[in-house]
Amino acid sequence: MSRTRTPVVAGWFTEDSTDEDFRLLGTRCSGCRTVFFPREDRFCRNPGCSGGELAEVPLSKRGTVWSFTDGRYRPPPPYVSDPDVPWEPCTLIAVELAAERMVVLGQAAPGVGVADLEVGTRVEAVPGVLLGAPGSGGPRTTWNWRPVPAPRPAAPEGGTA
Amino acid sequence: MTGDVAVLGAGMHQWGKWGRSFVEYGRVAAKAALADAGLDWRDIGSVVGAETVRGGYPGYVAGSTFAQALGWQGARVTSVYAACASGAQAVNAARAQILAGLADVVLVVGADAAPKGFFAPAGGERPDDPDWLRFRVLGATNPVYFGLYARRRMALYGDTAEDFALVKVKNAAAGALNPLARYRAPVTAEQVAASAVVADPLRLLDICATSDGAAALVLSSMDFAGRHGAADPVRIRAVSTVTPAFPREVLDLPDIATDSAVAVEPAPETFRASIARAAYEEAGLGPQDLSLAEVYDLSTALELEWYEDIGLCAPGEGAKLVREGVTALGGRVPVNPSGGLASFGEAVPAQAIAQVCELTWQLRGTAGERQVPGARAGITANQGLFGHGSAVIAVR
Ligand SMILES: [Zn+2]
Repeated sequence: MSRTRTPVVAGWFTEDSTDEDFRLLGTRCSGCRTVFFPREDRFCRNPGCSGGELAEVPLSKRGTVWSFTDGRYRPPPPYVSDPDVPWEPCTLIAVELAAERMVVLGQAAPGVGVADLEVGTRVEAVPGVLLGAPGSGGPRTTWNWRPVPAPRPAAPEGGTA
Repeated sequence: MTGDVAVLGAGMHQWGKWGRSFVEYGRVAAKAALADAGLDWRDIGSVVGAETVRGGYPGYVAGSTFAQALGWQGARVTSVYAACASGAQAVNAARAQILAGLADVVLVVGADAAPKGFFAPAGGERPDDPDWLRFRVLGATNPVYFGLYARRRMALYGDTAEDFALVKVKNAAAGALNPLARYRAPVTAEQVAASAVVADPLRLLDICATSDGAAALVLSSMDFAGRHGAADPVRIRAVSTVTPAFPREVLDLPDIATDSAVAVEPAPETFRASIARAAYEEAGLGPQDLSLAEVYDLSTALELEWYEDIGLCAPGEGAKLVREGVTALGGRVPVNPSGGLASFGEAVPAQAIAQVCELTWQLRGTAGERQVPGARAGITANQGLFGHGSAVIAVR
């Protein structure tokens, strides 16, 4: 059995990274500082920008939920899923990134349902695998949005937590 | 007003799932519009077809496909594609030809035979297509976006699932009075609440179906209308086809992310609101002048958003209007007196034309049991994938 893990789309996120160093990858225009995701490698789309170089930039790891929903029915192709495996509802989260001043949509991490979310919930980008059983070619890696764990109770003075 | 064009004829094929070609539906609608106008097809100087991209080559060349089906007669021909705004762009192309003096009388046709279930992009590996990407990368169907808007309204304005259901109840009641609608049975709030969740918080009866259907218009110069014995026709006074302004802040079909606002401060108004504003500016009237509106109710929650975007109320007050019956038949400004997409379903290239058909019948006072008394002005509002605005204002 193939162990190959293929990104669902190349160049949109760091590959082979741990939860901690995982990032979405966009591009930034050197002329006007606009950030693009999905990455824009051809031209700046700001109509007031006279043009600049587009360089890869990691997006903020954390943001807040702009809105969320789920897909209770299997999406049609080109979504890749095994029709012989029952479809599990897939939660989708639109996340506001403060530094980039943009909203990015993504699948939620496994086990995260709409009941776990509110508009404004803090979430972070973590590596994931496209939901639904893979077809041929092995798992497709992707990004997931996952609620940021609540901060632990404040450590006692001098503590190490 | 010198920019007016006359609506001489309006016609449709009934919406439904008929299992036939969009060409047949379009031909039926065209014949109905021609008969309504009292014109022969051979009197038509130009035909504009709103395209479907699901019909193969005939769909991509809709103008000539309809012209061939009606019988070649040498008319000028145009085909336009702008997703859900295709119909409005077809009306716009026809109007531009008339106002430019290129044609006296133009037939506009849109028709589709929609697939069952979710709309999906064309096949193949096409990672340069944003519409293909959102399916491949996220499985984000259209209802997913409608669900996001609905949930956002609940968080921002306190809208409830019960508010959304009221829109379906209202539109189904209107559609029950429309012989051209696909669904003609009244719907209760309980039925909406009992239907399956498709994309939380929206249920099956909150989301419009995909349908077959067709609509057509015969448009002419005011001079031609006068010569043809139509002294006081319904007039199209504005057609808005605007694009968004950078940066677009609201996540929109088919995009995976919004534009970044780090370099340019976003405009205070949303894209959808700018579509209506452009139409009002061109027509020289405002929301206070409306007798009715036809808006694109892809979902019940989205209809509430349109109330705000076309200026019937302030942002966040849409649910209040439907609760108070303002937008129901008999209310101050009925919205979707045709029954809307809730009753018709979506036949993409036809729908924006069908909206203008409804305005036409309402402004003529011939809408039967669903007539808005004394209707003098109406707006249509719609939005096409990839940033196509669509609004038409018609007056009497
Ligand atoms: Zn730039």
